[in-house]
Amino acid sequence: MAFGQGRSGGGGGGGRRGRAGDKKDKDKEKGQRRPMFRRRKICKFCADKIDDINYKDVKLLGPFVPERGKILPRRISGTCALHQRKLQTAIKRARQLALIPYVTD
Amino acid sequence: MSVRQYELVYILPPDSTEQQVAEVHDLVAANVTRLNGQIDKTENWGRRKLAYEIGPLKEGFYVLEVINGSGELMKELDRRLKVLDQVIRHLVVRSDEEKKVVDRTRTRRQTNSERRRVKRGLPPTRQPGEGRSSEPDDMDDDRFEMGEI
Repeated sequence: MAFGQGRSGGGGGGGRRGRAGDKKDKDKEKGQRRPMFRRRKICKFCADKIDDINYKDVKLLGPFVPERGKILPRRISGTCALHQRKLQTAIKRARQLALIPYVTD
Repeated sequence: MSVRQYELVYILPPDSTEQQVAEVHDLVAANVTRLNGQIDKTENWGRRKLAYEIGPLKEGFYVLEVINGSGELMKELDRRLKVLDQVIRHLVVRSDEEKKVVDRTRTRRQTNSERRRVKRGLPPTRQPGEGRSSEPDDMDDDRFEMGEI
């Protein structure tokens, strides 16, 4: 089920497991109508071959901390498990040093 | 006693003078040498805005020190910085292990790619103008589809 939606070929299913069933159906419908709509999610760090996720690199972490200040979940960013884990520690360290906010309202 | 590499970042108030910054640095350096460590690198990030207010402060003066030394040294340093009023925030992170892992993955990737290339009958390193351009074709940030949080 998770495979073959829209453009997401073989490996695209990984990041999308664990969605609610009704949502999946909706996605599929959408995908058939406009096949190019949903793009396959890829891990930014794997794709760009970034090995070192460092707490000092605020520019790198920035896109993974949306306005609210929460860490962007994997299901949305498409980051792989390994890199999400590294990202998580980096963000938490950066927060301690007031480089990234804990919360913003 | 094993020598490890640590990174220490501390934040001073934005209105601290150069002398005050040097003072804290000297204190750190004195403790490091006293406990048989050495300072590998000192980086002054200068004044930057804090992501959130710490007490009344909105800005801070950041200093990074890369220190080679033992765990006891860092424990002592951490304790001293906690006591020090001029330091509004500090963080000690061990960095040698992570560095090792990063180096290992990097070399492994390199050797793997070289091996694969040789197998395909290509020279081990990428030639200029070969393959797809390294510039990613879509840098726009629609990678994240917001509104699902």
